Amino acid sequence: MIEIFKERIRQGKPLHIRGAGSKDWYGNAFNGDVLDTRSHAGIVAYEPTELFVTAKCGTPLAEIEAALAASGQCLPFEPPRFSPDSTVGGAVAAGLSGPRRASAGSLRDYVLGVKIIDGEARELTFGGQVMKNVAGYDVSRLIAGSLGTLGLITEVTLKVLPKPVAEATLRFEMNQSEALDKLNAWGRQPLPIVASAWAEGVLTLRLAGARAAVESAKQKLGAGGTAPDSFWSDLRDQRLPFFATETLWRLSVPSVAPQLELPGEQLIEWGGALRWLKSDVLPETIRAAATSVGGSAMLYRAPAALKTRVGAFAPLSAPLLKLHRNLKAAFDPKGIFNPGRMYKEF
Amino acid sequence: MTTRLHSHERDQDFSDVDRAALLHALAGILPAAALLADHEDLKPYECDGLSAYRRLPLAVALPENEAQVVAVLKACHRLGAPVVPRGAGTGLSGGALPNEHGVVLSLAKMKHILKLDAAARTAVVQPGVRNLAITEAAAPHGLYYAPDPSSQIACTIGGNIAENSGGVHCLKYGLTVHNVLRVRGVTIDGEVVEFGNHALDAPGYDLLALMIGSEGLLAVVTEVTVKLVPKPEVARVIMASFDDVTKAGAAVAEIIAAGIIPAGLEMMDKPATAAVEPFVKAGYDLNAEAILLAESDGTPEEVEEEVAAMRAVLEKSGATDIRVSTSEAERLRFWAGRKAAFPAVGRISADYYCMDGTIPRKRLAEMLTAIAQMEKKYGLRCANVFHAGDGNLHPLIMYDANVPGELERTEAFGAEILKLSVDLGGTITGEHGVGFEKIGSMCVQFNSEELAAFHRVKAAFDPLGLLNPDKAVPTLHRCAEFGRMHVHSGELKFPELERF
Repeated sequence: MIEIFKERIRQGKPLHIRGAGSKDWYGNAFNGDVLDTRSHAGIVAYEPTELFVTAKCGTPLAEIEAALAASGQCLPFEPPRFSPDSTVGGAVAAGLSGPRRASAGSLRDYVLGVKIIDGEARELTFGGQVMKNVAGYDVSRLIAGSLGTLGLITEVTLKVLPKPVAEATLRFEMNQSEALDKLNAWGRQPLPIVASAWAEGVLTLRLAGARAAVESAKQKLGAGGTAPDSFWSDLRDQRLPFFATETLWRLSVPSVAPQLELPGEQLIEWGGALRWLKSDVLPETIRAAATSVGGSAMLYRAPAALKTRVGAFAPLSAPLLKLHRNLKAAFDPKGIFNPGRMYKEF
Repeated sequence: MTTRLHSHERDQDFSDVDRAALLHALAGILPAAALLADHEDLKPYECDGLSAYRRLPLAVALPENEAQVVAVLKACHRLGAPVVPRGAGTGLSGGALPNEHGVVLSLAKMKHILKLDAAARTAVVQPGVRNLAITEAAAPHGLYYAPDPSSQIACTIGGNIAENSGGVHCLKYGLTVHNVLRVRGVTIDGEVVEFGNHALDAPGYDLLALMIGSEGLLAVVTEVTVKLVPKPEVARVIMASFDDVTKAGAAVAEIIAAGIIPAGLEMMDKPATAAVEPFVKAGYDLNAEAILLAESDGTPEEVEEEVAAMRAVLEKSGATDIRVSTSEAERLRFWAGRKAAFPAVGRISADYYCMDGTIPRKRLAEMLTAIAQMEKKYGLRCANVFHAGDGNLHPLIMYDANVPGELERTEAFGAEILKLSVDLGGTITGEHGVGFEKIGSMCVQFNSEELAAFHRVKAAFDPLGLLNPDKAVPTLHRCAEFGRMHVHSGELKFPELERF
């Protein structure tokens, strides 16, 4: 497969690198012939006691998670699965993390190594299968979330962790600003809160950890109600009714940012640090609101025309844009990988 | 020891840097007390924590603020002078080794905690703030900064960014890269750039991750936002003795297989405990071939549950003795021995050389057996301390630099350990960085195309190669020379290059 991939790259035509295509809507519209990664699939190595899994890019996330579950382990960053076929290569390229991100860390935190093919059809290996590795620049984590614009990811190694022994879900009725206050106050205490979601006047908390820790936290927090476990997988995979919308903004802000006074409906995750917004207000207003509190706003889902006009991702400062262009040229000098998908400039 | 650098080891030639023009330019930027150029003033900067390599710089600049950093970098950029950033100088890979035609840029005077936001659990600090000072400032709020390298009392956050420093608790709490939200830095052309922000995600490529661990080659750090985490209510440590290092290694795997991620998981072999015990009196079992330290932290209930679970695993794995700390004082004493391992070895040997490879945990016994054979081969002793939880091994090779030939034998011993680390599926450096020291071993771990990619990353930030030259990433020319002596897996790694 690697040779076939290389041959496609050598042809020098723009390529749309694609796994299951479950995130075709993500980022900006772009051109290129589809390069399907799914035939390069399979778990290459999984060693539970070494806490890593290595898989080829086209391996379905579901296959990896099933293998991990059989040994009582998991991907703690909970990448969203937009289809049962979503691939690990696509997950790493998108770099999206799920409900446990604020406590467990992000996808890039768990990337230990990658193999890529760069724009000159060179196969390169960065990082490895060990947890501590500072030899050379951390290109593996640079590749995570780069939307396939720097290279074709052919293989990834991810750190894995044991599944929590015990879990519990609690539910409280409170308004948004009260929820934000509570979440930030709890965040200062050594409580086993691993995920949170506030929407429509209800705050849902997920506790996880040692049995005793979860029990004592339940006592401390005072349970107001409960929710089925499926709530968290529906949140993770964005199947909750909230996400069924044509236009959706994703605001990444400091958890202590006050309630953002923007018209529309919000769903808040990550202890207040992630604010989903359904709103028809001007994109400039939303971007400015996020910037004013030290964060940024991504146009997550939107009609193509709107994305084309305002760009999916928040604009970069001039020095950052220069570095992005330089790095793009370093890995893909002919600009063949997913051109324009991240920013129109490269 | 005199400098032992040879001209053929040098990659870029900066001998035409105009010393007078450079000093004149710097004098126009910095107050007199912030610019050193006399021989005796430069002397303390000739090496970092790896004192086997020494060089005097042309000058040392000690800027007091970001504007001065910008001006110094612009002046050096204009004059084509190399710049070596420096924190506390505690690094162990020669990353802050000066260039004799350039400037050492010390961030030591930028040592203020600018903001500590307990509600947001973040601190904004200047690069010269000591690692431990952040935790001390956060303590009244019940918070702390998690990465705790052994040198945390002295090392600075700027240096931690450069090296992606770890510590004894990083299995559970992560490395520097997992605990930093934002780095503000200045590129060699004097441009101020923000990497990351105060939120959890930032738009664009993850340049924050690229900056962390870049060994001062991409930009000079002027401000850092770190994450603070709640201090666990209690912590207890188990000390287990083993009559065989293989059993100790297997016990580590068993703990993880049981679904436990201890807050810390460390191993020391007999030579290491023998060096430490008279020095620290930590109460280590001197009859054991290896001891394991396993820490649990969290709520009292949680710790009780986890300690019991770990104890059961350790007993089943054949521990000959198990002790659990019963007080905070005892816990700190158990750790004191581990944290003092390097100085303790320094007490029993004139010099020692600390290696930093990471290997898959299951290969530990193989590695230790091979090291025992190398001790005989090179006629040198070696003590081993091991971040067992994450596979990061620190063999401490003992030598005497005054005995002709011992340093050379030590270097060869070290290079062989690093090569074996790579062959066993690991890496040449887990947390100390490549620096100047391990640059040859980089040729073992990466092929010429990968090294060329690193050079292109460097050029994206610093096309003239002025920031910390000759460090971290070897030139292909250098690897060809290295490869002349070290053939990898029976085949030459750089077949396209001419051999000398």
